[in-house]
Formats: sequence, C-alpha cells, structure tokens
Amino acid sequence: MENDKKNTTCCCSCSSPDTLPKEIVQYINECMQKPHSESYLIPVLHKIQNYFGYLSPCYLEEVAQLMRIPAAKITGVATFYHLFSFTPRGKNRISVCLGTACYVKGSGKILDKFKERLGIKENETTPDGQFSIECSRCFGACALAPVVVVNDKVYGDVKPEQVDKILADYGFKK
Amino acid sequence: MPTSLEKLQDMRRKAVFRVFEKKFVVPVRITVGSATCENAAGATDVYERFRQLMEKHSGLDVVLGKVGCAGRCDLEPMVTVVAHGHIPVKYMRVTPEKVDRIFEEHILHGKVIEDFTMRRSAGLYNAQRVVTLCAGKNCFEKHAPEIEKAFLENIQRLGLSDRIIITRSACQGLCQHGPVAYVYPDGVMYQKLTPEIVKEICEEHLAKNHILGKYVWSGERLTNRSFPFFGDVYFFGKQLRLTLRNCGVIDPESMDEYLSVRGYEAIAKILTEMNPQQVIDIVKKSGLRGRGGGGFPTAQKWQFAAAQPGTEKYMICNADEGDPGAFMDRSMIEGDPHTILEGLMIAGYAIGACKGFVYIRAEYPLAVSRLEKAIADAKALGLLGDNILGSGWNFDIEIRLGAGAFVCGEETALIHSIEGSRGMPTQRPPYPAISGLWGKPTVINNVESLANLPVIILDGPDWFSSIGTEKSKGTKVFALAGKVANTGLVEVPMGTTLREVVFDVGGGIKNDKAFKAVQTGGPAGGCLPAEYLDTPVDYDSLAAAGSIMGSGGMIVMDEETCMVDVAKFFLDFTQSESCGKCTPCREGTRAMLAILQKITDGKGEDGDIEKLEQLGKIIKNASLCGLGQCAPNPVLTTLKYFGHEYKAHIYDKKCPAGVCSALLTYTIDPEKCVGCTACKRKCPVHCITGDPKKVHTINQEDCIKCGTCLTVCKFDAVTKS
Ligand SMILES: Cc1cc2nc3c(=O)[nH]c(=O)nc-3n(C[C@H](O)[C@H](O)[C@H](O)COP(=O)(O)O)c2cc1C
Ligand code: SF4
Ligand code: SF4
Ligand code: SF4
Ligand code: FES
Ligand code: FES
Repeated sequence: MENDKKNTTCCCSCSSPDTLPKEIVQYINECMQKPHSESYLIPVLHKIQNYFGYLSPCYLEEVAQLMRIPAAKITGVATFYHLFSFTPRGKNRISVCLGTACYVKGSGKILDKFKERLGIKENETTPDGQFSIECSRCFGACALAPVVVVNDKVYGDVKPEQVDKILADYGFKK
Repeated sequence: MPTSLEKLQDMRRKAVFRVFEKKFVVPVRITVGSATCENAAGATDVYERFRQLMEKHSGLDVVLGKVGCAGRCDLEPMVTVVAHGHIPVKYMRVTPEKVDRIFEEHILHGKVIEDFTMRRSAGLYNAQRVVTLCAGKNCFEKHAPEIEKAFLENIQRLGLSDRIIITRSACQGLCQHGPVAYVYPDGVMYQKLTPEIVKEICEEHLAKNHILGKYVWSGERLTNRSFPFFGDVYFFGKQLRLTLRNCGVIDPESMDEYLSVRGYEAIAKILTEMNPQQVIDIVKKSGLRGRGGGGFPTAQKWQFAAAQPGTEKYMICNADEGDPGAFMDRSMIEGDPHTILEGLMIAGYAIGACKGFVYIRAEYPLAVSRLEKAIADAKALGLLGDNILGSGWNFDIEIRLGAGAFVCGEETALIHSIEGSRGMPTQRPPYPAISGLWGKPTVINNVESLANLPVIILDGPDWFSSIGTEKSKGTKVFALAGKVANTGLVEVPMGTTLREVVFDVGGGIKNDKAFKAVQTGGPAGGCLPAEYLDTPVDYDSLAAAGSIMGSGGMIVMDEETCMVDVAKFFLDFTQSESCGKCTPCREGTRAMLAILQKITDGKGEDGDIEKLEQLGKIIKNASLCGLGQCAPNPVLTTLKYFGHEYKAHIYDKKCPAGVCSALLTYTIDPEKCVGCTACKRKCPVHCITGDPKKVHTINQEDCIKCGTCLTVCKFDAVTKS
C-alpha cells in the first residue's frame, strides 16, 4: 500500500487501482468506531461495489485489514450474496427480471433476445465492455411485467420487439 | 410541561397550517404518482412537463405535488386533479403530450378530458355528485338493496338523474353504523340509513345542497383516507385501505403531510398514556397476526421478548420482500415511509427495545432513499433519537441493506446478515425473541404488520377486530400480477374471496382468456384452480385449500400458462436460493428439479410423479428452515390440482398450454402458405424448405422449436401444437 498510486495496478493483475478510495477508507474508519463494527461488512462491500462496479480480491484483502476481519470470512460473505459480483460488469448493465410475474408474462423470451443480439450469456460482458446481462428476481414493479432494467432505468411491459430499440438507446450497433 | 401528545398535537397544528397554505387554499391541486412503478411508466417526465408548464404560467393558483403509488400500476403514470367542490379527476397513462392537453383544457379552461380518465361511470365528471353505497356484507344484510332502490327512486322523482351517479363500495369498516353511503365531493358519510332518511337526503342534500348533519357519521378514522380521492373508482371502492391509507394520498417525502394525517399521534399517545404491557395488551386484543407469511400472533411474539431481562433488545422490520412477484412492502415504504417508522417505534416501545433496524432489499433504491429521508426528518423533529417528544424514551432506527439472498427473509438468517455474516438460517429454538441479534432478545416483524399498528392504537382494537374473519383480523394487501386485467396493489378485508379479488377488484383475466389458477404465497405457496375461487382469503382457509396466505403475492394464470413449467420455475428459484446447509433442501430440490426438467423436455417416464411426491415429502419433513420446508409446495399443489397436465407431458408428450418448447411442433398449413419465403429466410437452423410462391415445409427433425417462423409469417400459415 506504500507504493506509488498513479500507475500501479493491482497485485492480482485485475487492472484496478490498488487501494480503496479515500471516502471508503474513511467510511470504514467511521464504522470501526461504532459498536459491533464487524456488522458493517455488508454495507462496506456495497459501497465498494457501487464505486467500482464489482469487488476485486485485492479490495477484499484491504477491507480485511482495515476491519480486522479474516479475509476468508469476507470472501465467504461476499460469495454468499447474489448482488456482489467479482468480475467487472459492462458499462451498461442490462437486468432482465425473471421473477414470477415477469416469467409468467414471458420475460424468458426477452432474455433470449438480449442474449442473441449481444452474443453473450447471462452474467457475461461483451468484449468491448459496453454491455453485460444479468437476471434478477423481481424489482417490485411486477404490475408492469415483463420488466427490464438498464443501469437505473426501469422499462415496463417490454415486448421482444422492443429489445433492439432499447439496445439502440445505449448506442448498440449491430 | 406539555405531554408528548400535546407536543405532537402542536407539531401537527403547525404542519396542517403549512400544508393547508400550500395545498388547500389554492383552488386546484395536481398530484403526480411517484414510485418505482410510476417512474418506470414514465411519471418523472410527466411531473417535469407539469413543472415546466407551471413555470410558464406563473400566476396560476395551482399547486403540483407528488404522491406514492395508489395501486393501479397498469394505468400509470397517474395524475389526479383535485379542484374544490368537484369530483377528483384521475387521469391515467399520462404522457408528456397528454400533459399539454390536460393543462390547456382542464387546468386553464376547466374542461375535463374524459378520454384520458380512468374507467368510470359514463358521464361521471359531468355529474354534480356521486353517492357511493356500501355493498359490504354487513350493510348488505341491513338491507342495502332497499337503500339503493330508495336512492334511485327519489333521484328520479326529483329529476336529478343526470346529475347524480350511484356507485357501490366494499365494507368501509363502519359496519356498526351501517348501512352507510358516502357523498362526493362534499365528503360526508351518512350512517344508519333507512328509506325515509334516504328520501330526506335526496330532497335536502342532493336537490338543495343542504348537508343533513344529523345523519352524518362524525367520527374520525385513519382508514380509507384515500376514499375521497379514489372511492368513486370501482377498483378502489372494493377495497378497505387500512395499511395503504396514505399511499397515493400524501406526499411520501413530506413530514408535514404525514403529521397532518395524524402521523406520529399513535406513538405520542402511547408515550403519554401507556406502559409497554398496555400496548401489548391492545395488540393482543386486536388479534393482529404477522403479515410476513407465518401468521404468528404479533402480541405473543412481543410478550416473549418483553419478558426477557435486560435493556439491550432489538426490534427489526423485515423489508426483505424476496418473493419474486410481490411488491406490497416496496409500495408501502415508497408511498408512506413514516407509517413504517411509527409502527417500528410502537413495537420497539412495547418490547422495550433500545434500537430498531429496517432490513431492506438493495434492489429497492427508491424505497431506501425515502426511508433515509424519513428517518432524517424524524430525527430533526425529535421524533427519533433521545428523549422522544420529551418522554424520556430513546429509540433510534438504522437501515441495513440486503444483498440479494432470498433466504435472508428467514428470521435467523436475517439476523446473521445484519451481524455481517453469511445469511444462513440456524436452529430454533432459541427463538430470536429470546436470543436474537448479538444474542439479545429480538423481534422481527414484517412491514405490513407494522403498518397496522398506528391504526390499531388510534382507531382501537375493537374496531380493528370487527374487520375480517374469526381467526384472521383486519385486512390483507395483495400484489396482484400476472394475467389479470388490473395489476397493482389491493387491500381487502380478510375473508374476501379469491374470486372477488381476481374478478371484481382485478377485473378478471386479460384479453378474455380462461382463468386457470391463482398462485399465492410465492415460492412457498401453491396454485389453486377455479374450483377454489370461492375460498376466503384468510390464513386458515388458504392453508386448508393447500396454499398459504404468504406475504401477499398473488399471481393470476390463464390457459396459456403451463402448470408444470410454473412449478419448475418456483423450484428453480428455491433451489438456487437454498443456502446449502441441509442435504434434503440442497440435494432434494435439485433432484426434483431434474425430474421436472426431464418432464418438460418430453422425456418424462412412468413413476416420475410418484418420485416427485416422495421427494417432496422428505424435503418438507427434513429441512431446517421455512425455505426448504415449503420448497416442494408449488410442485405438490400443482400435482394435486393439475395432475392431468403432468400426465399429458409424461404420457402423451404434449404441453396442453403450448409452453414447453420441446413438446411443441410447428407445422405449415399448405392451404394458407403463399410461399413468401419469410420463414425460410429467418429460420436459424435452415430447416424450412420450399421454392418462392410454393408451399413451404418444416423438416421436423432439425427444427429447434424457436418459434421464429410463427412470428414472421404474415399469413397465419404456421401453427403451433
Ligand atoms: C425463506 C424465507 C423467506 C422469508 N421472506 C420474508 C420476507 O421477505 N418478508 C417478511 O416479512 N417475512 C419473510 N419471511 C418470514 C419471516 O421469517 C418472519 O416470519 C416474518 O418477518 C415475521 O414477521 P411477522 O410476524 O410480522 O409476519 C420469510 C421466511 C422464510 C423462511
Ligand atoms: S432448509 Fe434450505 S435454506 Fe433452509 S437452512 Fe436448510 S439448506 Fe438452508
Ligand atoms: S420453429 Fe424455429 S427452427 Fe423450427 S422451423 Fe420454425 S424457425 Fe425453424
Ligand atoms: S412465412 Fe408463412 S406464407 Fe411465407 S412461406 Fe413461410 S409459411 Fe408460407
Ligand atoms: S416479477 Fe418482475 S418485477 Fe416483480
Ligand atoms: S359492510 Fe358496510 S361498512 Fe362494513
């Protein structure tokens, strides 16, 4: 952690900057002042993922040191929860809802269409890093099923024919 | 020294004054829905457009506000225009272009655009008044039909027919005062009606505008605050909105608006007048049972925790809402976050907790941010924190986010997740009420359970327990979704039948297809067929029918839904959400899933059904937590009620609903095919042959049943069977 921060990359060659940004370190320090500080592990992981879009092993190592929690436990926790991702996701994250309401209304077909157009499977990212596909379990907008969420925008009542239009909104060219 | 209640009342007076100044002095108020569903439907653009127009016409006496989701999600974005002395106008599916017209014609020139409004009685907005008669069970038994007849006859006699519209509502929770009728836009509820009183009301009030005070019910209730806004619409009239009382009515981000609808009065009253045991006794008397799925008596759980020694106890609100297809809790938090906080405080006071937590899904960012704001606002006013309202009672609330694990809705798993560990259930006993968060007594309640508490305190346990059935008191909120016409949130008295919910409130099946099943209870519940539509919704009746009440997800399925596929869907869900701790759950669900996969792939064989039943039994009996214990339910209930569909898949290799692609065949009808070549060009595996302008044929061996040919054929020549 002592080395020059500018151009270094991470020990595991995941090409991420090697240390956590100041605000997250500060947040961890605040948590450490509170009772039951170890209970803030999940909030800390959320912060890191929101910042970088994923959790790289070297950040987890740093969290382990800062929070004084064994690295193995952190990995155990991070892998338990579906929302945490260990690979960088695309610049535009497409989440197709496969919750009950959406499924009954045919969201499976929409997922297939996205996969076909982008040439990737779920939890994969296009080679140019622009798009990734995820499946989720209900955004709570079931009344508008089927639902697709791209980044933070929620699309309701999506039809397979709309897939191209949605992709085009984010600059996808076939 | 003023008491806590007096302090709160003073706060409310000031809030009401500010709200009034902002909202009610002005003649016209426009509210735009603002919630995840509303925003997905485009509400943000609609709000923005109104804002721009208001800026342009700055001198207007109009205010613009936001409200939570009212529940008619399929008609969103929704805009309500309330003008003094007029029936509130509800515009649906509003777009920025519609906003321009609404603004020009309605706001500026007072002309309602009926084409954009909600389904309603014809000519509603030309009418001067709407009379809504309660058609609930009790009023009905007290001769509501005679009352309706009396209204109709008198209105006709007085020549008011084209100025008065009569509609019906569900029980208004005023059964002791029934039969009751509500008159818009005057906002009065007439009670204990007889044909003679009706005659007088028609002659004096409806014809001459003199409200007859002596017949008006003058009590105050928290319930059905939305009634004056929405009661004339059938969808809302059929409901009794108790926990959703403020959703779609107040601005969820405004503390003033919450205070003005008697917000925080329940907790202030408790802090002034009651000790914790009295609160527990009131809730016990109300008969409230947990709305998170289990239906455990709330007061009983509290009593256990309250009886524990020590001062370090915790109160947790379970807002994990993992059931895929349910959105009651999200909508409630987005539409009325302070109610949840107040409910959490009441429960916290009752059990003697030092701190409260809201454990909420990270997938609900808007709900999280509204809760955060509500907590900050409450702290700023001294309604949370130390020495609340000068009572000497301290209570703080913290939000903790989930991270996408369904099993964390289970109590022990949730506790481990807050503690910062993997959310894996552990053995009970010890129950959390004895040893929970950090080994301290902890009570976990669902969002909706908590939302009932202010109502029980302010409107009284006797009133609350007068609603519902013998063993299930109050109301239940359902998230109605799937193939039903009106999708959204509905709140009905316990004991309402499934048929009333699906067909009356829900408007029946979309596109006039045939009803097949209704699924309640999510992945832990079951599918009930048409024969069970008259089952009342309460904990015990649904359980007796083989499903469960669950947390409130209600998915309607039509003839195009394959029940084997649905069972597979749910099992796939629970299988991948199993924490893996116990073998029956981890491996058993996998084995069941493999059999279902085989069946839907057309490879089912004799004995599969028996194997499913056997595995289901073992998993139910030998799993540690509710996830495993309930995982086989969707399979077992579909086997019970839709066994013929399983058999069709296994023995006839057919999917009657036409869903399981491996069991489908696509054929081209030689009579209809004109040889346009479209299908041939689009088929991904090039298995269609035929010359231009000649009949095409599908080579069944190579066909991967993708359905492309069916979609592209413009001549309906391709059929699926
Ligand atoms: C796998 C599983 C998931 C659950 N998910 C939820 C949930 O999302 N929301 C909820 O309130 N209760 C959920 N429950 C039920 C809770 O464990 C608990 O019974 C409930 O929150 C208690 O509150 P109540 O008594 O107010 O209903 C779940 C239970 C299990 C076994
Ligand atoms: S039943 Fe399933 S989810 Fe529950 S503890 Fe066992 S393995 Fe985990
Ligand atoms: S279903 Fe698909 S694979 Fe089969 S014939 Fe039609 S287009 Fe070709
Ligand atoms: S698209 Fe239809 S009409 Fe055209 S060749 Fe195919 S089956 Fe015949
Ligand atoms: S099931 Fe898709 S949003 Fe709920
Ligand atoms: S039935 Fe009419 S108020 Fe209850």
